[in-house]
Amino acid sequence: MATVRIPPVLRPSVGGEREVSADGESVGAVLSALAEAHPATREQLFGADGELNRYVNVYLNDEDVRVLDGLDTVVRDTDSLVILPAMAGGR
Amino acid sequence: MTPSGAEYIKRIREQVQEIDPSEVNELLHEGAVVVDVREGEEFAAGHLPGAASVPRGYLESRIEGSAPDRAERVILYCQSGQRSALAANTLTELGYEDVVSMTGGYTLWKDRGYEVDIPRQLTKDQRERYSRHFLLNEVGQVGQEKLLDAKVLLLGAGGLGSPTAFYLAAAGVGTLGIVDDDVVDLSNLQRQIIHTTDRIGVPKVDSAEQAIHDLNPDVKVNKYPFRLDASNIMDVIKDYDIIVDGVDNFPTRYLLNDATVRLKIPVVSAAILGFEGQLSIFKPYDGPCYRCLFPVPPPAELAPSCGANGVLGVLPGTMGLLQATEVIKLIVGIGDPLIGRLLMYDALDATTTELKIRRDPECPICSREPDAITDEEMGVFPDYEAFCAAAG
Repeated sequence: MATVRIPPVLRPSVGGEREVSADGESVGAVLSALAEAHPATREQLFGADGELNRYVNVYLNDEDVRVLDGLDTVVRDTDSLVILPAMAGGR
Repeated sequence: MTPSGAEYIKRIREQVQEIDPSEVNELLHEGAVVVDVREGEEFAAGHLPGAASVPRGYLESRIEGSAPDRAERVILYCQSGQRSALAANTLTELGYEDVVSMTGGYTLWKDRGYEVDIPRQLTKDQRERYSRHFLLNEVGQVGQEKLLDAKVLLLGAGGLGSPTAFYLAAAGVGTLGIVDDDVVDLSNLQRQIIHTTDRIGVPKVDSAEQAIHDLNPDVKVNKYPFRLDASNIMDVIKDYDIIVDGVDNFPTRYLLNDATVRLKIPVVSAAILGFEGQLSIFKPYDGPCYRCLFPVPPPAELAPSCGANGVLGVLPGTMGLLQATEVIKLIVGIGDPLIGRLLMYDALDATTTELKIRRDPECPICSREPDAITDEEMGVFPDYEAFCAAAG
């Protein structure tokens, strides 16, 4: 199972975990499994069209999945996904 | 019988290969390694353009910083040609294969009317204050002068701005602008270390100015005690070389991005939340801009920047100092800046993660020429009050 790093803003939706494991052979499948297990994450990750919301970036290891094959990008068990929403705290 | 000093020097000079200033003048433009072996103060009063300063007393320990390749030609000079001959002898003993000493030294060079670099005269206090920078080949006097000439604008004298301002002031960044419309509050002092308990209630720009001047009176502080908006941003930022973004809200981040792309000013940007921080440099047209990374802001419920959030007090310190480091690297022109890369720091895990970020060929802002970005397009963003009210 791939690991998915959960950013601070999404942690309340996954019971406070910072990292979760999710099954799937593609980025889309892993994120769907995550949304299945933690339904509150679904609308934060996906738009109504089933695509990733544009304000959320997802990286496979260190590469933006949008420059790979998007949600179809193949994921291996040893891979880690990073979800990166915009942050703006400075104070 | 042991030789006298004069005899010894004469003997060395006979062994060392000498070179006429006219020949050095030609080689100078071909990028030859030229080393000034006089004392630092003599170098500071004027030297050959592009020469490195390695005083003779430090020759053995520091020459490799300026001339790492022993097979390459090294041209040495001093004031009259005597010390450089002795230094050439030392370098030959160290295994340098092609060392020459310039005849007549700097005096003859100047008499012949060749070009000289007369650096800014730093005061004795400045030489002492920045002496640890002078000892770094990568910074040195040239780098220090760049720092003294630099103008850096800090957005916010808060969590990130406090440590950044402190260290940039200490490093001798000549002009620091500070934008902040807030006053010092007791709850700030867990992390905003540029302020003090006895300055609670004082405008942050004034409190920061005092701390900066107490640390380094060389630094000129420009104060902007208001919020940046579309009507004032271009005027405020236009004269700065680098902007340090530590703002706590999305609308200003987008506005700043659009304005800095238009003016081609690099932004060293950091954000913090809880135990985590992000850092990157957005250098317009060299790397991605903020809108390439996040073309649209998150909805209000996912944008925890509207109200007070918990943050570990040292975290803005960590991230702010990484920002300050990147600023200094950009000014001096050393190292590999964090352009096109985003660094994430997780304090609880004690881990860093680096992500690649790329220019978006379809970016609504930086895919176009700066002049094509109109006033109306800058900082287009949902109404901030409404945006935060919706977050509840």
